Amino acid sequence: MRVIGKKTVRVDGRALVKGKPVFADDIEIQNLLHLKILHSPHAHARIRSIDASEALAMEGVVAVLTHEDFAPHYFTTAGQGYPEPSPRDMRVLDSVVRFVGDRVAVVAAESPELAAEALAKIRVDYEPLPAIFDSRESMKSSIVIHPEPGATGIYDAERNIAAHFDVEIGNVDKALEESEHLYEGTYSTPYVQQASIEPHISLSWWDENDRLVIRTSTQVPFHVRRIVAEMLDLPIGKIRVIKPRLGGGFGGKQEILNEELCAAVTLKTGFPARLEYTREEEFYAARTRHPQTVKLRIGLNQDLTINAIDMDILENTGAYGAHALTVMSVTAQKTLSLYRAPNVRVNANAVYTNLPIAGAYRGYGAPQGFFALEVLMDEIAHDLGVDPIDLRHKNYVRVGDEIPIARVLGEGREGFPMKILSSGLEECLEEGKKLIGWEKIRSKPKSGIIRRGVGVAIAAQGSGIPGIDMGSVFLKMNEDASFNMLVGATDLGTGSDTALAQIAAEVLEVPVEKILVYSSDTDLTPFDTGAYASSTTYVSGGAVKKAAEKVKAQLLELGKKLLDVKAATIKEGYVIGDSGEKITYREICTKTFYTDEQTQIMATASHVSYDSPPPFNATFAEVAVDIETGIVTVNRIVSVTDAGQVINPQMAEGQAEGAIPQSLGMALSEYMIFDEKGVPLNRDFFQYHIYTAIDMPEIVTKFISTNEPTGPFGAKAAAEIPVNGPAPAVVNAIYNACGVRMRKLPVTPEELLEELSKQK
Amino acid sequence: MRIRFVLNGKPVETDVSPGQTVLEFLRARGIHSVKYGCDKGECGACTVLVDGKAQNACLMLVHTINNKTIETVDSLADRHHLHPIQREFLERGAVQCGYCTPGMILAAEALYREDPHPDEAAVRDALAGNLCRCTGYVKPVEAVRK
Repeated sequence: MRVIGKKTVRVDGRALVKGKPVFADDIEIQNLLHLKILHSPHAHARIRSIDASEALAMEGVVAVLTHEDFAPHYFTTAGQGYPEPSPRDMRVLDSVVRFVGDRVAVVAAESPELAAEALAKIRVDYEPLPAIFDSRESMKSSIVIHPEPGATGIYDAERNIAAHFDVEIGNVDKALEESEHLYEGTYSTPYVQQASIEPHISLSWWDENDRLVIRTSTQVPFHVRRIVAEMLDLPIGKIRVIKPRLGGGFGGKQEILNEELCAAVTLKTGFPARLEYTREEEFYAARTRHPQTVKLRIGLNQDLTINAIDMDILENTGAYGAHALTVMSVTAQKTLSLYRAPNVRVNANAVYTNLPIAGAYRGYGAPQGFFALEVLMDEIAHDLGVDPIDLRHKNYVRVGDEIPIARVLGEGREGFPMKILSSGLEECLEEGKKLIGWEKIRSKPKSGIIRRGVGVAIAAQGSGIPGIDMGSVFLKMNEDASFNMLVGATDLGTGSDTALAQIAAEVLEVPVEKILVYSSDTDLTPFDTGAYASSTTYVSGGAVKKAAEKVKAQLLELGKKLLDVKAATIKEGYVIGDSGEKITYREICTKTFYTDEQTQIMATASHVSYDSPPPFNATFAEVAVDIETGIVTVNRIVSVTDAGQVINPQMAEGQAEGAIPQSLGMALSEYMIFDEKGVPLNRDFFQYHIYTAIDMPEIVTKFISTNEPTGPFGAKAAAEIPVNGPAPAVVNAIYNACGVRMRKLPVTPEELLEELSKQK
Repeated sequence: MRIRFVLNGKPVETDVSPGQTVLEFLRARGIHSVKYGCDKGECGACTVLVDGKAQNACLMLVHTINNKTIETVDSLADRHHLHPIQREFLERGAVQCGYCTPGMILAAEALYREDPHPDEAAVRDALAGNLCRCTGYVKPVEAVRK
């Protein structure tokens, strides 16, 4: 292949290194109103009244919107396909607030400072209500967080259950009883934040043709258009959503978070509006990973093959149910796809609490599930005295295996049959084992104050949501043999525009620079569900490949006509007749524009996949535990991934390198802390610690090449899979280093010391 | 109040409102490469060079740049050629979303002006104030080291 699998500089890279104005906020608009949100100081309260008269009397304050300005319609802010599988339990602004940070009112003023000043002048009379902060209490509490009759799609509002499912394959009770070995454990993960460096930012204005333009930092421009249209009762055709470059998303921008407020202000006032979250708002009023408590029981046969897995998920969705059902579906579906187990059962509940709203975050439930599964697998291996790598080799799925859980458990509905058609998992494990120096560190006697240990975890993910994710593309040719490629797919900083350009360039046999990508503009680009679920390369890439093949077929046909030959082939920018006569792409396009066979060479294509082949990963961690302070230092992470045929090796490595510190953060340093009234305490980067350049361990990433027959040029997804392994690998390494088993994240020095002291 | 300073090689004399930060001031002047990330000097997305040293523009009030020299990433490249650090960022895949990139490049530039042969620890130190959520700093550190 010419460009697939080769280093290709990203198509947007030059603009980015030069600091060009390519992000949502890098635009100057006249008469812009700046919006600020008044957030609830209470975890749960009814609003008796709001008096905004003093704020409105300020010069330069143009509007204040409250729940009285919005019809009582219920929505979900989850940026998902229609009908959304998340409960519709939220209003644009409501008369009840359900967490500290919930939205009470929005001010529009001539400057951000004025808007902030005006916030302080809005008088709200709250009637505080009792609140729930512990997800274990939710289902039995007498407090009901969503009693409102207008909300729909809530599984059991009386018991605060936003979403629920239970599935069983085989007979788990019987299988567990008959198993030779039975193990169980309970594992929990905290509230963590996507923390993209660019905050959520939206702008809106009326264009010259009286259409509402929304320029926003989103992963889901088409869902923004649909959901905002519904929220504000506008025809979809009245709205144009533009997604410029995105300053990171990681799932946090798979959400309609502030677009509707901007649009509402523009509708009401006629003026352009801008709403940018502060970093503090990002921490308590954006979205987070769903904290989960996962209880697992695993039964093994005498030969150490897994006979049954029983899984119970308690998910905290916070005050609203955005992504509540689908995140825990992914937890179960991905986790239970990894090992051959004839009997599996899941009981999953997503419960409301009066805490911040959880949402989508890279891995989408899989990191929580693999943390449980991979730590328990380590516990089993140690208890049975076998090498954790060997236990995994005995059990993971292999090419040809059916994955029954995928059929019964899709995203919010039944799934599709799934069969493993490619896997490099065995090589991932063996390669990682070599790179980390597994045996040497593992078997070394542990003594002294600083103790070194090594741990492993393996994982799977998916490539798009089968039967749901759809991408489409419009490809048209220019006289100089360049091609405008208009794609709905949303590059959120991952480089998907580049990967898609490579796929088109490979098919058309032209340099990547000849593919001019324009993406994510609902007026100009065809539909795409958006950038989530590791779908872009696999699903949208499938559409690109089809469209490019159609264009190539047109080039061949027109080339044959122009050459007046019966048979011809295409090679590197030429159509070549069977007796050697040739014509360049340029000539074909120029002639077909102006003189011969006059037509625009162009094609559209859509792609949906009923397969979602799992990429696989093995992650190894080497840690040093200081047994006097409880401080864990990660020295090295080795991450080996099977993402099928990698389209762009440098960008794929970048995905793994970036995923690792996100998972290490969840393992060791990141978690949102709340006081007894539900007030979030760590609301900045000093208090909420994401990895910096000096915190990083040595990172080794590697890709094992496999060929996925259903993917474009053999590709599977690469973006989410590497985020699953580091946290469980670190916890397993801690055990290897000092014999302490941590089952709750993050592992803090205090808690580790406490466990160490019990050991003595 | 009126201040004078040099912005990307050009002298500027202008009235500024007290209380405005350098970040707000520069963005209002159309210098969009200086990014908002936290407003507290934690993330480095707003890094500028003040008399050659990397500083967080969100923490500086605009009157403090009177008589100083301000450089942003916009001044590093000419129309046709990238600055070597920009080139390395591009070539080595150190750019993902690119939001923190201008700040990182300036932090690296400040380092090189002080120490033309930094070791890895010095590079990591120089980038420690620039948070990046995409790259794990692997390729940015490689890019700065070359």
